[in-house]
Amino acid sequence: MMKFKRNLFLTGVVLAAAALVIAAGFTTADAAKAQKAVILATTTSTQDSGLLDVLIPMFEKKTGYFVKTIAVGSGQAMAMGAKGEADVLLVHSPAAEKKFMADGNGVKRRIVMHNDFIIVGPPSDPARIKGTRKATDAFKKIAASGSIFMSRGDKSGTHVKEMDIWKAAGVKAEGERWYQQTGLGMGQTLAVAAEKKTYTLADRGTYLALKKALGLDILVEGDGILLNVYHVIEVNPKKWPKVNFAGGKAFADFLVSREAQDVVKTFGVDKYGSPLFFPDAGKKEEDLGK
Amino acid sequence: MDIILEGIRQAFILLFSLDPEVIGITWFSLKVSGTATFISLFIGMSIGTVVALTQFPGRHLVVSLINTGMALPPVVVGLFVTIFLWRNGPLGFLEILYTPAAMILAQAIIATPIVMGISLAAMQQLPRKLRLQILALGATRLQMVRILIREARLPLLAAVMAGFGGVISEVGASIMVGGNIKGYTRVLTTATVMETSRGNFDVAIALSVILLLFAYLINLVLTTIQQRERPR
Repeated sequence: MMKFKRNLFLTGVVLAAAALVIAAGFTTADAAKAQKAVILATTTSTQDSGLLDVLIPMFEKKTGYFVKTIAVGSGQAMAMGAKGEADVLLVHSPAAEKKFMADGNGVKRRIVMHNDFIIVGPPSDPARIKGTRKATDAFKKIAASGSIFMSRGDKSGTHVKEMDIWKAAGVKAEGERWYQQTGLGMGQTLAVAAEKKTYTLADRGTYLALKKALGLDILVEGDGILLNVYHVIEVNPKKWPKVNFAGGKAFADFLVSREAQDVVKTFGVDKYGSPLFFPDAGKKEEDLGK
Repeated sequence: MDIILEGIRQAFILLFSLDPEVIGITWFSLKVSGTATFISLFIGMSIGTVVALTQFPGRHLVVSLINTGMALPPVVVGLFVTIFLWRNGPLGFLEILYTPAAMILAQAIIATPIVMGISLAAMQQLPRKLRLQILALGATRLQMVRILIREARLPLLAAVMAGFGGVISEVGASIMVGGNIKGYTRVLTTATVMETSRGNFDVAIALSVILLLFAYLINLVLTTIQQRERPR
């Protein structure tokens, strides 16, 4: 019994000491970080490709801000912005972004970079879409053959683009037996598509980053409708006074700066043999892909 | 199969080369879940003990509520904690969303009912006559409670293990309220999710192995204390 008491006492002392150290550590670190924290809501593709792991430390070192990256789909990122729960957005869903701006949720929307979407699928290509020039024709063939198509189904930029293509192709995919939704991010959706040998729409950056682990081929690419443009949006502080506007603006300015654009230009070349994104700061969306 | 072996190999390389990022994430996971468990012990054990030792109308409703709480899904906790902590939410003035403090809060909410439910069961299984006997020997109520806790210490250690195991392994709440921010709120489980979606399956497996390893070591220590004290 004595031994137990001593054990209990020792455990208590150790736990209390640990709690004190931890509490002290958390509060000092947090106080400093809360001051200059910027919440960046962005799409999974920018994080999963690893681009932000390069850009954010550069920005933090330069400005002293601390960036809290919340990687979700473009849809959720904009919902966070519309509620004033993020300071700056890096998203790729142009139609939804225009609505976001029209609703007065953003101050400024600037183009950052682009890459493109690709239609990927198993090498066996059951719907025979390889080499099809138009994405809409490829989608029609997938629908006609009843081959399974794996959709993100999460209102992300990629999902919105996919729905646009179905609409342009005049196919009502929703509810069809061959049309399945994962509700997951791009990386996980690609993994599901690879495992089940189905078609899906992906951004090139995430596909290239994951290529080695997948068994999926690029079947359709290069169509104008497949352009994937990323914009940075500063959230409107007039609507939500708690928004860190100065921090958000600093990050947006950084993304379109020469320094960051140079990183975007070469990012991924060493690892994948080709860049994952193309820098576009200062360009007009209409001029892209020409 | 190769990928699993490769992952295990990677786990040992990352651990023994003292990879600063992995060590940081591991230490941070233990800190967050340890602190959350510690908080849940105070709340869970005291309420569990009180409910176990008292009689009041509607008691079985409270007990079944606590037992339901043991199955509280972490994502549900994550969702509600996030909404409360939003800048413009009811507790927004605290400014702790996407911080370690928010993760501790969410994990403590997950662990508390687990600790409470097991403490309750532990205290309840003590023979009723023991209480009468202790009181008959002239102990005050407080002294009686202390003796009962000591009697139930072995199942109470199980409560600690279950609470800690529940939070160190959860991912839903941590990713929602912490945001998986590199070098700040990234824990072993959220890093595993991220590396999986990046296609780095070997790193993801390595992180899982490290998580299991530390969960095992901690339970080993607790189990050793528990079994050494086992009444013969």
